[in-house]
Amino acid sequence: MSAHGTLTAHALTVGYQIGRETRSVCANIDVVLAPGELVCLLGPNGAGKSTLMNTLAGALQPLAGTVLLDGVAIQSLSVRERAQRIAIVTTERVQAAGLSGYALVALGRHPHTGWLGALTAGDAARIEEALEMASASAFRDRQIGELSDGERQRLLLARALAQASSVLILDELTAFLDLPRRVETMHTLRRLARDAGRAVLLSTHDLDLALRCADRIWLLPRNGSLATGIPESLILNGTFAAAFAAEGVEFDINDGNFRVHQSGGRAISVRGPEPTRHWTTRALQRLGWNVTEDADHCVTTDNLQQWEVGGSRGEPVSVGTGLDALLTLLGRGTQ
Amino acid sequence: MTSVAMPAARGATSAALLTRFALLAAATALAFLLELAVGTVRIPFSDVVSILSGGASTDESWRTIVQTVRLPRALTAATGGAALGASGLVLQTLFRNRLAGPWLLGVTGGARLGVALMIVAVSWSGYFLPAQLGIPGSVGVALSASVGALGALLIMALAARRVGTVSLLLLGVMITFLATGASSVLMHLVSEDQGRVWEAWNDGNFGGVTWANLRVLLPLLLLGTLLAVALMKSLDALTLGERYAESMGVSVRRIRWVALAAVALLSGATTAFCGVVAFLDIAVPQIARRIIASTEHRFLMPATLLLGAALAMYADLLAHVPIGNRILHLNAITSVLGAPVVIWMLLRKSGAANGDT
Repeated sequence: MSAHGTLTAHALTVGYQIGRETRSVCANIDVVLAPGELVCLLGPNGAGKSTLMNTLAGALQPLAGTVLLDGVAIQSLSVRERAQRIAIVTTERVQAAGLSGYALVALGRHPHTGWLGALTAGDAARIEEALEMASASAFRDRQIGELSDGERQRLLLARALAQASSVLILDELTAFLDLPRRVETMHTLRRLARDAGRAVLLSTHDLDLALRCADRIWLLPRNGSLATGIPESLILNGTFAAAFAAEGVEFDINDGNFRVHQSGGRAISVRGPEPTRHWTTRALQRLGWNVTEDADHCVTTDNLQQWEVGGSRGEPVSVGTGLDALLTLLGRGTQ
Repeated sequence: MTSVAMPAARGATSAALLTRFALLAAATALAFLLELAVGTVRIPFSDVVSILSGGASTDESWRTIVQTVRLPRALTAATGGAALGASGLVLQTLFRNRLAGPWLLGVTGGARLGVALMIVAVSWSGYFLPAQLGIPGSVGVALSASVGALGALLIMALAARRVGTVSLLLLGVMITFLATGASSVLMHLVSEDQGRVWEAWNDGNFGGVTWANLRVLLPLLLLGTLLAVALMKSLDALTLGERYAESMGVSVRRIRWVALAAVALLSGATTAFCGVVAFLDIAVPQIARRIIASTEHRFLMPATLLLGAALAMYADLLAHVPIGNRILHLNAITSVLGAPVVIWMLLRKSGAANGDT
């Protein structure tokens, strides 16, 4: 497929025009969405992710700066030209009684068909391909009103794929999907980027999956400026932790986990083979214990979940079997 | 480029679609023939055929009846019904609401007020508006009705961005009341003769439209229908809402204007010559959807046009065939036929009125 589809923002300010008042949401954005790339846009609710995506898609006028699609200002393209090159999935709930799954996906061919909207054999092949890729073939004959949110979302992805655009802008596409579907969808999007050379921008709240699958992350904090980079470098240079600390969420740079910050927990160490050590740590953290390397108290456990809890001088205090018993013994980490 | 069999919703095959269109066309043709053959004066069908083909007639007065009464009446019912159905379909997709239609949205009320204002203006300027409107009169009535319809449409289009479905429909009913009331008040300002013209016109009726009227009505309806047909593909995209439509290459702002112009022409011109005809505009697209079982307007639009023509002619037949000594009002018939369809829609799915198309 084409190597076109480079979306570039220069000194972009996005926001709304409410009456005569302009409300800027995010300013001074300089980003590039390149073909072959899967980019995940992360950020809290209200940070302006949708506004940014709408502006990049050409649906909203920028308050300042420019958006270029392959070097051409996006606002200067006709709606049809834009539609042939950018496809979107929005967060708005699509309601159209009587519309079948197939008819919904077929609408994706709209910018490519003639004045009647009649489908050619080539259009039909594209639709089949899109249904297949989005794992939505099973819903082709169902009415979209009868489908679950997740099923409808897969059809909307198929519709966007059928549009055969070089850029895909997907707002919270995976929000209603169950975990296996989310993973599957991310892999589909990666394939689209890598193999088909499309530029894919996805906003999501699924941080873990985004960090694993995205080629680049765009991080949009509330009232902040957009930070971009490959996921690992954003983690290593502390950008990630800083953005989430502002939201009261602690990002553990060592294991890549998020936890809600709880202060005042008593310290404890956990030793033993994996995976028992990992899950024992999680259980204790939930109860408010501050699990560190060299605490006065130490839990040593093995893979049969036999454990002993010792004091700082190493003498055994208690022994037992099973996590239930351990948690009962230790109780809450905070008083 | 070969067109492939398009599985419409619920898998209606192209063969099944063809059959359904053939049945619709047959029902429309039959209605047209009945309109010409049936009436208060009994005219043998062979004579009707002979008169239409320019041949001899057993009784010369039959020729007058067929040519100046029945034929214009059949043409008016067919084109008026098709126009009301088409404008209902366009509005239902545009407002994403299956209860939308020029009648419930106050557009026909607006058309009526437009005509009332025109009559008053003409009356004050000292001219008399003949009961049988000539072409200048016809153009005036059609234009004023279309302008009135467009005015009501603009109000509704603006309101649709601010209020929900229920409020919108109530607003439409209020506009109808307001327009009706205002028209009545205006009629007190004109001479008795003018008022009589108004009254004759006020009640929905496909009869009484002359060839001179038709010479104005038909081109306007043709133009409106062409606009509606040109809109078909964009209306498909609009079923997903304006954001998606725009992302699929539809210039929503321009399409909205074209759609409003089409509806103003179709419902305005029809109302100008036939008065306010209730329910056809809402019920016809609904029934067409059921028959065609598709959401694609390239099938829905022709089906709606055919069904609108057929239903309007059957309703008109019931209205002008005397039952005993009485004549039924056209709106009595369209209401008895149309209201159950709307009631069924409301009960079948509570979502039908809430933003569903």
